[in-house]
Amino acid sequence: MAARHKSIETKYYEERDKVLKALRNCDRRTFLRLSAAAAGAVLAKGLTPPHSFQLVEVVQAAVEKGGSETGAGGNRPFRFAYISDTHLYERTLNQRFVRAIVKAVDDVNALDPQPDFVLFGGDLAQLGEPSQLELGKQILSGLKAPVKMMVGEHDWFLDLGNKWQEMFGPPTYSFDWKGVHVVVLMSVNEKDFWTARKMSAEERMQTVAGLDNPIQSRFEVGERQRQWLKDDLSKVSLTTPILIFSHSPLYKYYRPWNFWTEDADEVQAILRPYSRVVVIHGHTHQMLFNQIGNISFYGMLSTAWPWPYAPEGLPALTVQMNRADPFDQFDGCGDGQATVRTDGLVDTIYNLWDRNPVTVKADYLVSGGKRDKPPAPQFASY
Amino acid sequence: MESGKKIIAAALIGAVAGATVVYLKFAGQSPLAYATPLLKHRLPPARNGGTVIQLCDGATSTEVRGLKPGQRMSREQALEVSRELMAQWQRKHPDQHWIMADSRSPAIGTQTQADSAAGSATPSNAVDGEPTASPSTAAAQSQQGDTYASFHKRDFMIFQAETENFVEQGRRIFHSAKLLGGTIGVSCDMCHPDAANTHPETYPKYQEQLQRVALLRDMINWCIENPVKGKTLDANDPRLRALEAYILAQRKGVPLAYGKH
Ligand code: HEC
Repeated sequence: MAARHKSIETKYYEERDKVLKALRNCDRRTFLRLSAAAAGAVLAKGLTPPHSFQLVEVVQAAVEKGGSETGAGGNRPFRFAYISDTHLYERTLNQRFVRAIVKAVDDVNALDPQPDFVLFGGDLAQLGEPSQLELGKQILSGLKAPVKMMVGEHDWFLDLGNKWQEMFGPPTYSFDWKGVHVVVLMSVNEKDFWTARKMSAEERMQTVAGLDNPIQSRFEVGERQRQWLKDDLSKVSLTTPILIFSHSPLYKYYRPWNFWTEDADEVQAILRPYSRVVVIHGHTHQMLFNQIGNISFYGMLSTAWPWPYAPEGLPALTVQMNRADPFDQFDGCGDGQATVRTDGLVDTIYNLWDRNPVTVKADYLVSGGKRDKPPAPQFASY
Repeated sequence: MESGKKIIAAALIGAVAGATVVYLKFAGQSPLAYATPLLKHRLPPARNGGTVIQLCDGATSTEVRGLKPGQRMSREQALEVSRELMAQWQRKHPDQHWIMADSRSPAIGTQTQADSAAGSATPSNAVDGEPTASPSTAAAQSQQGDTYASFHKRDFMIFQAETENFVEQGRRIFHSAKLLGGTIGVSCDMCHPDAANTHPETYPKYQEQLQRVALLRDMINWCIENPVKGKTLDANDPRLRALEAYILAQRKGVPLAYGKH
């Protein structure tokens, strides 16, 4: 078989290189020509999408003229991109996940115009090893736009954050961006389950890395950090749009897999007085969104693998992504972008690799699902 | 409004084919407790130079005279031998009824669990919606003397414990790149917590990407070869068998739905 057929990956890279070359400085006419060529190639292979390769044109959400006017939220619009949950092993051990993060870096670098910044959503490493974190840092340094780092449990539980903090600084911080107050949280603290069990650092890390390992504790922001958040937010007005990045979802979805933050209710209570709050989180590796009161939540995609939807607790507003093709490493994975609008709300694009991207408009969430419903999946989880 | 500003995203899809596989020498295989080979039928010797054929019960047998190794029976002869074996079995189990297969499937709702457990001497009646033995009469006097009736509560506890042990071995393998023979540190649970999304109840089913109907074990093997980058396991490999056991055990109660996508 190997002799006669090219692997999926080889084909993928050949096709991709060809198209990316052609896409450079591509105007609308050329784009249409390429699309037609792609469609032709599809027909020639006797295949229908998504079992082939296709070009997708995404028209960017309206951007205010000149980008300098401020809107209802008092902020100027901007766009950021994200890469998340890359789960790197050492380069020599695992090329698969390395290829995926490199692909995401290429995607983001190809954005024109460039985003204001790139959020890294946590779980850079698989088992928190310095070599894994360093490999990730090196690859992310290839990004043209500035990078904001967030930590995930896979980065943390080998040495309880020592190496990560040495490389990237404190895991909790905030900054103001074009009138929006941005907060990055460390939401994956766990109560000590290791000392009593006399676990080594490696065992502790391995336990946390097992999503379905019931020995570990549940994620939490923790009291100290909640106090920090209160103090931090007390410096901004209640009408200032707030954008929060956290690794775990700041609500309760499915406890056995830590798709969960134990003190989510307390954190939400801190955020409730503010008129516009958006939370972008990692960890769940799937298209996932939710609205609780004034807070909109969006889950990020992983570059490494998609996770199944949990057997219960899925937010009613979430539109599932189609089930992934196990024969295609990239299917169900991806990266994404978000546009922070003048009213402080956020439209997101799930840039699902090997499929059509899906845009989720803020209006879908704030209208309680009445407007702008994203396309429904044909193959939901069961 | 800055019109005409567009982002072009290229989405590329790898087509149908096998993927690159790195075959590395498989790490040393530890002897596993559950790896006992399956028991073989012990046949009585052929007394008349023919071939001995045994029923699945491991006890009832008959010798087909004149049938030499490598020879094949005619269909008539084979039917005759089956009849003879079943007659012997029924003589030994006079109280047990054997439901003869009917090419028509019973209409939904006409045959209850209790009916099929009690058996039916006249299967056509069951098909017509007239169960011959009511559950209460079946339960009134319980049958004795056969294999199952000789098991005691303790036996079932042992069976249960053995089964759980087998499933537990499978759980360990499912969660361990090393036991799977993986070469890149990846194990099944990383993408399938609690074996979610493995859908064992949907097999056999056509897998377009394999260009054939696949069994669960084919899919397990594909996943061992691919995301995990290990070496495919032989169908009799205890690890493959234990993986199957674990995956199936996680879907207890889910209706079988072969062919479902
Ligand atoms: C890197 C991620 C990844 C790993 C590791 C992985 N799988 Fe999968 N697997 C998937 C995805 C994605 C699917 C498609 C899921 C779906 O149908 O929704 C899948 C599908 C399957 C299916 C078919 C499900 C169906 O609906 O027919 C089986 C069975 C399966 N995997 C078993 C395994 C086993 C056993 C292992 C370990 C040897 C494994 N997988 C490792 C990602 C993975």
